[in-house]
Amino acid sequence: MQKFTDLKNKADQEYNTLLTKPRIRIGTDISGVAAGSIEISNELSKHISEHNLDITLSHVGGFGLSFAEPLIDIQMPDGSRVFYSNVTVDNVGKIVQNHLINGNPVYDLAFAYSGNLTNTNNTPEFYQLPENKLQKKVLTENFGEIDPTDIYEYIANDGYSALAKALFQMEADNVHKEILDSKLRGRGGAAFPTGVKLGFLKGSEAKEKYILCNCEEGDPGAWNDKAILESDPHRLVEGLILAAIATNASNGIIFIRHGNDIPIDRTKAAIKSAYENGLLGQNILGSEFTFDAEVVLVGESYVAGEETALMEAVEGKRAMPRYKPPFPAAFGVWGHPSNINNIKTIANLPSIISKGSSWFTSIGTETSTGTAILCLSGNINKPGLYEIEMGTTIRSVIEDICDGIPNNKELKLLQTGGPLGGVLNSSKLDTSIDFDSMAKAGAILGSGGIIVADQDVDVIDLTRMLIAFCQFESCGKCFPCRLGNSHLLEILNRICGKTSTESDIELMRKVGTNMQQGSLCGHGQLGFNPIKSALEYFKDDFDLALDTSISVPNVTINIPTRANRY
Amino acid sequence: MEPITNNSDLETQINNAIENNLSGRMTILAALLAVQDDIGYIPQKALEIVSELNTTTVNDVWGVASFYPNFRFDPPTEHTIEICWGPSCHITGAQDIIKSCLTELNLETEGDTNDGFINFKFNTCLAACAQSPVGSVDHKIIGRLNKKKIIDLINNLKSQKK
Ligand SMILES: Cc1cc2nc3c(=O)[nH]c(=O)nc-3n(C[C@H](O)[C@H](O)[C@H](O)COP(=O)(O)O)c2cc1C
Ligand code: FES
Repeated sequence: MQKFTDLKNKADQEYNTLLTKPRIRIGTDISGVAAGSIEISNELSKHISEHNLDITLSHVGGFGLSFAEPLIDIQMPDGSRVFYSNVTVDNVGKIVQNHLINGNPVYDLAFAYSGNLTNTNNTPEFYQLPENKLQKKVLTENFGEIDPTDIYEYIANDGYSALAKALFQMEADNVHKEILDSKLRGRGGAAFPTGVKLGFLKGSEAKEKYILCNCEEGDPGAWNDKAILESDPHRLVEGLILAAIATNASNGIIFIRHGNDIPIDRTKAAIKSAYENGLLGQNILGSEFTFDAEVVLVGESYVAGEETALMEAVEGKRAMPRYKPPFPAAFGVWGHPSNINNIKTIANLPSIISKGSSWFTSIGTETSTGTAILCLSGNINKPGLYEIEMGTTIRSVIEDICDGIPNNKELKLLQTGGPLGGVLNSSKLDTSIDFDSMAKAGAILGSGGIIVADQDVDVIDLTRMLIAFCQFESCGKCFPCRLGNSHLLEILNRICGKTSTESDIELMRKVGTNMQQGSLCGHGQLGFNPIKSALEYFKDDFDLALDTSISVPNVTINIPTRANRY
Repeated sequence: MEPITNNSDLETQINNAIENNLSGRMTILAALLAVQDDIGYIPQKALEIVSELNTTTVNDVWGVASFYPNFRFDPPTEHTIEICWGPSCHITGAQDIIKSCLTELNLETEGDTNDGFINFKFNTCLAACAQSPVGSVDHKIIGRLNKKKIIDLINNLKSQKK
């Protein structure tokens, strides 16, 4: 424990020193970068060095407020902060001159403030904005606040204290029991109870056991896994070690798609500094416990996110699912007992261990405890990443947090849980966001992506796009999925091309049933979901598309396809 | 990138790529990704080298290389443009952006321009969905795209051609 106390003291000291200087935070996660935050950061650096200012410029992940990006905030040593949204290169000079040099925040450019400031010219308080206030931040509490590459900042904000608690104040059995009692369910799609899954690995006597953390995140419309890696990677590292303590695992692998450089670099940096500070490796923090962690990259493949395909990809092969049994807990990566968990699942563990399972079960609903990180995109006023308590309604998220649909249009469609999830119509807006209610409505919560489309969306064309995705991403190992998806795409092309008949709907249902029953993994088993849910909620659109006497505006046929990979 | 003509140079370059760029443990996929990152494509020779390093056959290596769309098998173009066709981008206008790109680049679908200067590629999601429509130019992600913005970007690349 002494080692942790020393580390904590050092971290607090470093953090307090940091607070004595003005600090600019700028969000440089993928979303921020896409909005131009690197240009803003460069411009800031230029002005800071031109004026010789003693200021810390921190690249944080981001608050998730994508609509406000590039978003910067300037914090003064007295703790007050002013947030500037949609900053342009042209505004940077003015902000630096007035705020940092003259000490006068530029309220006419400000988005919000926090702390002790007067005469703020009607600028709203940051944490009272509906998009912040209506969130319940557990996993995302550090997002936008701390420098993800600075381990001391994580530790000064209570990071790694759950690890110290688990190592020195708890029995390994109790760590596992706490996770079981929290009723935490997997955030990767299937919503399987995490404590039960960890129990399978715990039961194995093998010496070499693996915890695989799934950050593949191939679902278009979801970026919350990468956001954790970009904004708070140490939370994942800490969670991974906790999962290892609960199961007595020896190795951890964090699995990320190649090409996502920001998340990859920040994760690697976090692992490196965890090793340097004795938080990974031999005798962690001076305890008896030893655990190693590494990052493995995989090529572009959606099916690589499926747990057995993931193990194949880790071994460097084609990402194709394995037959089960044997199950991963018996025969996993390189044949060693393994456990695969989504990153959001793992990242929940530090809070569960430090605050206790009863605290966790007090959040959310009876069967879906905790929070959900949602990714809102599409036709919506405030696209972004928001963490909400399970049980919040979709309507509240869309209307209260995201400020509704732009241009006074009506909401027509919601696509949730990734391409294998489903689509809903506006009659389902009062659905509670939890695993069971979403599944009952015919969509899934899945990875937490919610894509919103307004009245102008062409439902059939969108469905075709989703099936094109499923077809393109089928790994080709089992034929119901490989041929089924191609067949479905062919039929949808016919419907879009107005050369279809009513019987095609029946045919699609038949193909879909075969895929569901005959496919090896979830990709084929769930592949009919987009069409099934579209037929349920948008029957009128299909009728219109099938009626050749009505000419509809010529839909774009030009969907990208790539030669199949088999 | 300079085309490599000398065979032993190429071999050295492949070996260096794997040695310096390998992320984590040696596997077929990790070695191939290292070569792709460093050299910009997978030369035939790399398949052989990777197979030796992994004590397996060239066939097995090709099986992996042909599975993942990350890899290309001829020397890279000077520039790369990627456009996302995922659902968020689809809803917010990706189709129009893709069409503009294809017209500007004189292409039917993804691939290299006639002069081999620009490669155009589809992506299923560039993970900046909240800034849709999204694309990338030389791996730099750019959000809130519209037709004008993408055409300007393409023209800017074209003007760099010597
Ligand atoms: C085609 C397919 C793709 C998947 N992709 C992912 C993914 O990207 N990330 C993820 O965590 N789980 C994904 N899953 C689910 C995993 O198989 C697995 O259930 C999950 O990682 C387990 O973690 P959890 O228990 O924490 O949810 C996918 C499943 C299928 C069938
Ligand atoms: S759907 Fe286009 S970036 Fe995600």
